[in-house]
Amino acid sequence: MLEVNSISKRFGDFHAVKGVSFNANQGEVLGFLGPNGAGKSTTMKMITGFLEATNGDAIICGNSIQKNTLEAKKNLGYVPENAPLYEDMYVREFLEFIAKMRGIETHLIENRVREVIKMCALESVEFQKIETLSKGYKRRVSLAQSLVHDPKVLILDEPTDGLDPNQKHDVRELIKKLAKEKCILISTHILEEVEEVCDRCIIIGEGEKLFEGTPNELKLKSDNGRIQDVFRAITTGHEIQGVAV
Amino acid sequence: MMNRTIKYLFIKEFASYFKTPLGYVFLVMFLFGIGYLTFEPGRGSFFHMREASMSSFFRYIPWMFIFLIPAVSMRLWSDERKSGTIELLFTMPVTVRDAVLAKFLASWLFIAVALAGTFPMVLTVVYLGNPDLGVALLGYVASFLMAGALLAVGGFFSALTKNQVISFILTVCVSFLLVMAGSPPILDFISTFSPKYLVDVFESLSVLNHFDSIERGVISLSDLWFFLVMIVCWLYGNIILLNENKAN
Repeated sequence: MLEVNSISKRFGDFHAVKGVSFNANQGEVLGFLGPNGAGKSTTMKMITGFLEATNGDAIICGNSIQKNTLEAKKNLGYVPENAPLYEDMYVREFLEFIAKMRGIETHLIENRVREVIKMCALESVEFQKIETLSKGYKRRVSLAQSLVHDPKVLILDEPTDGLDPNQKHDVRELIKKLAKEKCILISTHILEEVEEVCDRCIIIGEGEKLFEGTPNELKLKSDNGRIQDVFRAITTGHEIQGVAV
Repeated sequence: MMNRTIKYLFIKEFASYFKTPLGYVFLVMFLFGIGYLTFEPGRGSFFHMREASMSSFFRYIPWMFIFLIPAVSMRLWSDERKSGTIELLFTMPVTVRDAVLAKFLASWLFIAVALAGTFPMVLTVVYLGNPDLGVALLGYVASFLMAGALLAVGGFFSALTKNQVISFILTVCVSFLLVMAGSPPILDFISTFSPKYLVDVFESLSVLNHFDSIERGVISLSDLWFFLVMIVCWLYGNIILLNENKAN
């Protein structure tokens, strides 16, 4: 469903992403890990078509994001980092706007918007201005906008960053619920999140893919099952006691 | 003819002028400012001229526009880039060209609303005398076209920077230059270092000259072309800039 073929990005002399490839299928949650500045967001922006890749391509449900951009975008939902939203709009109005822009037929919009509002538990703030919402609600509105057109592939850039433990729990539950019928790529640096929601994970560092496997495989690399030690060993290249990379 | 995404983005953008104080502040400043300048008891003012015409009104339009249009255009792209909503916009099935067009048209319609708000001026001259309404209408057409050109300039500079203040200042400077391009001090200055044909080119770029000729009641194809080409070129620049951002 999502196929990323040796995608790379150069900003002048700086090689931000160096030929990263991976696949993800329906029903799968793929964790995208790496330290800050590793190229996670850049990779995601290329997959969503927001940034042009210098080399390589991403195929979304059979459509190349570079050659067949508009078709590829139809199957794609994206929650950008920090969940930017049009703050001067009301929640419902905003979601209706997204639905229209996404090409949903006019008579279906009301139902569809109602569904995502329910799915993301936004009923209580439906008629509130987005700028007045708390961080947790804003994050959920951002998730809702990515779901309006019922895309097959979801790209979530740090969806739980800056949320309190309860809100994190809610967002993760929602992701798990969605995972059954969608293909989800989620970037995070919260390692317990990986264990909780991801079926597989990829670690990148300095623009290169360093690891691909299940969270369990990652855990097994450490004698005492400390996933953060393994993460540090992989991304820094330092030797860490009890970890065999 | 217009595709769906342009239409919905256009509606959203237009509505957003009335959701923040910016739109109202602009309307009040514009209407108050132009009203004051028109009736201001200085030279060439409305009362001084002793005729029922709107020329003293239109004379000040370019000067109001130089400062007020950049205030409208500054947020077109800077704001989207700064808040990151540009990522939402361009990951939806919308092309850069359509988005530029939708935003430009929305801001242009907003200026049209502001111009429509000056209707008491028309009523005043009709009440006082027997004005040539055709000339007044052409004055409005000229103002509207000029607004389009300056908005296109502003859109371009708004895409250039995330900072609204920088975008405002750059637009004011370039608008000023474009409006004043045909004025003697600027032409004299340019002629000190460049050949005659360049001076002529510069003179023909003057927004004010084209504005004046329509406003006087003579609409020529070359004036229309001038504004059209200005708008298209700056919008094209705007599209190129945004595509460039995509690549880098």
